[in-house]
Amino acid sequence: MTYGPAQVTPFQIDLSSLVGRSVASLYSHLVTRPTGRALRLGIESQIGEFGSSCLSVLDFTQVVVLDYSCADEAVAKLVQRYIGADRPADVYFVACGLSEQHRDPIEAVLQRHRLALAAEVGDAGFVLLGETSARERRVWSLLEEVRATGPDDVAGRLGIDSGEALQLLDGLVSRRVALHGSRDRFLSLSSLLTPH
Amino acid sequence: MKLVTLPASLDERSFDTLVRGIEGDPGQRRLFDGSHVRWADPYGMIGLLAVGTVAGRTAERPLFRLPELPEVVSYMTRMGFFEHAADLFEFHGTARRARPDGASDVLLEITAINSHADVHAVVDLVNERGMAILTRQLHYPPREAFQFSVVLSEVCQNIIEHAESGGWVATQTYTWKKRLAGRRVVVIAVMDLGIGFRESLSATQAARHPEGAGRFSDATALEAAFLHGQTRFHDPGRGQGLQQIRKQVGRWNGRVSIRSGTARIADVPDWDDSPPLEEHLPFLTGAQIGIILPARVEADPLTMPGTARKGETN
Repeated sequence: MTYGPAQVTPFQIDLSSLVGRSVASLYSHLVTRPTGRALRLGIESQIGEFGSSCLSVLDFTQVVVLDYSCADEAVAKLVQRYIGADRPADVYFVACGLSEQHRDPIEAVLQRHRLALAAEVGDAGFVLLGETSARERRVWSLLEEVRATGPDDVAGRLGIDSGEALQLLDGLVSRRVALHGSRDRFLSLSSLLTPH
Repeated sequence: MKLVTLPASLDERSFDTLVRGIEGDPGQRRLFDGSHVRWADPYGMIGLLAVGTVAGRTAERPLFRLPELPEVVSYMTRMGFFEHAADLFEFHGTARRARPDGASDVLLEITAINSHADVHAVVDLVNERGMAILTRQLHYPPREAFQFSVVLSEVCQNIIEHAESGGWVATQTYTWKKRLAGRRVVVIAVMDLGIGFRESLSATQAARHPEGAGRFSDATALEAAFLHGQTRFHDPGRGQGLQQIRKQVGRWNGRVSIRSGTARIADVPDWDDSPPLEEHLPFLTGAQIGIILPARVEADPLTMPGTARKGETN
C-alpha cells in the first residue's frame, strides 16, 4: 500500500495550546506523565478527525520546559502507537520548533523505545532523532536534501546497490520518517511541509 | 523522654546522626534539641521534618528546641520550615516563626509534594524565580537553567510514582566557605516517607537477584534503580527519570545521592570525598534524595571532571 502526497493531509498541532485545552489547566510547561498522557489523547483525537492518512506536525515553539516523563507519554508513546500493524490510522509525525532544551528529552525517550522521529531543531534544520543506524541516517539525510528520490538515485549517490537502497528506504517508511509516494518515488516528510 | 541533640550543621553529612535519634524505643517521646544548630540546608530541614514525622507516629508529638542563633531561626522561617513543622513538633522557644510577606531570596521554599499538580507548581515557581539565580549567580546558560527545572520535575515525580506517599522538596543556593574553593552551589533535597526502593522493586526485581530474593537489600535495590534504571513498571519508558537526573548532574559536575532504608548510593564528583555506596546506616523509611550543583566557571579545574581537589570540608 502506497500513499502519494495528495493522499496525506498535513495538519499542525500547537502543543502548548493543546495541553491547555486537554488538561484544562494553566500549565504552560510540559511536565509529568498525566500531562503527557492528556496531550497524547488530545493529539490522537485530532488525528481521528482527519481520516485514514495524515502528517501530524508537533509544534514545540511555545513549549518552555519539557521533561522526560511528559516526553515519554506525549511523543514516544504517540509515535509508537502509529508504528505497529494495528495502528488506527496511517500517520507520519514531524516535530517542529524544537530548541536544544527539547532535544535531549525527546532524543532520550525515542532511544529508549527504539523509535525515530523527523524534527526541525533550531538552526540545524531537519534532523533525524532517536535510535537510527548510520546507514539509515545517510539515506534519510540524502532524502532530506533532495526531497524526493528513488532507490537507483540513492544507490548511485551513496555507492551502494539498488537493492540495499530500496531496503533502507522501505525501512525509513516503516519507521514513519519518510513517505513512499508513487512506485519508486520516496519523499522526505519536510517536503510535504515546505514549498520547494 | 529521649534527648536528640541536633548537630551544628544540619545537612546531608550529618543526617545519619539525626536518624540515629529515632532508634530505640519507638514509644518514647523525643526532644530534638536544635539549640546549637548554626547552619541548616534544605536536606537538613526536610530531614528533620521526616525524622520528626516518624518519631510522632509511635509516640507523643516530639519537642523541638529552637536554635539559639536568631539568624538560623530566621532562615528556617524564610524556608517555610515552621509552617510544615507546626503539626509535627511542639516548639520550645519564642522566636518569630511566620514567613514574611514579599519577595523571597529563597529559590524554592519547603514544598509538600502530594500530587502531580504540586510538581507543576514547583516547576512554574522555579522557572519564574530561579532563572535569574541560576543564570546570574551560578552562570548556567539559559538552556541549562531550563534543564534544572526538568531535574526538579523528575525528582519530585519520583515521590508520586514510586513512594505511595507524600513528601517534600526544597532548594536553595549558597556560597560554601571552604568546599569547592568558595564556589556557589545549589542544594536540592527531596524526601518521602513512603515504601522505599526495596519494597517498590521487590515484586519485580528481587526474584532476579543472583543471590536470591532473600538477599535483595536496600543497597541492591538502590543499585538496580540508580545504576540500571530498573523500576517496578514493565513499561520500558519508565525508569529514565533517575538516569537522566544522573546524566544531567554529571554534566554539571554535581553530586546526587539517594538514601533509602539502610543504604545510600551516590554519584560522587572529584570535589567530594563521600563513598559511592554506604550500607548498614540507621534505618529510615522512604527515600531521601540530595543533589548539589556547583556554579559553572569556564575553564576552572574544579568543575572539570577528573581534576578537582578532594577531601575539602565545609
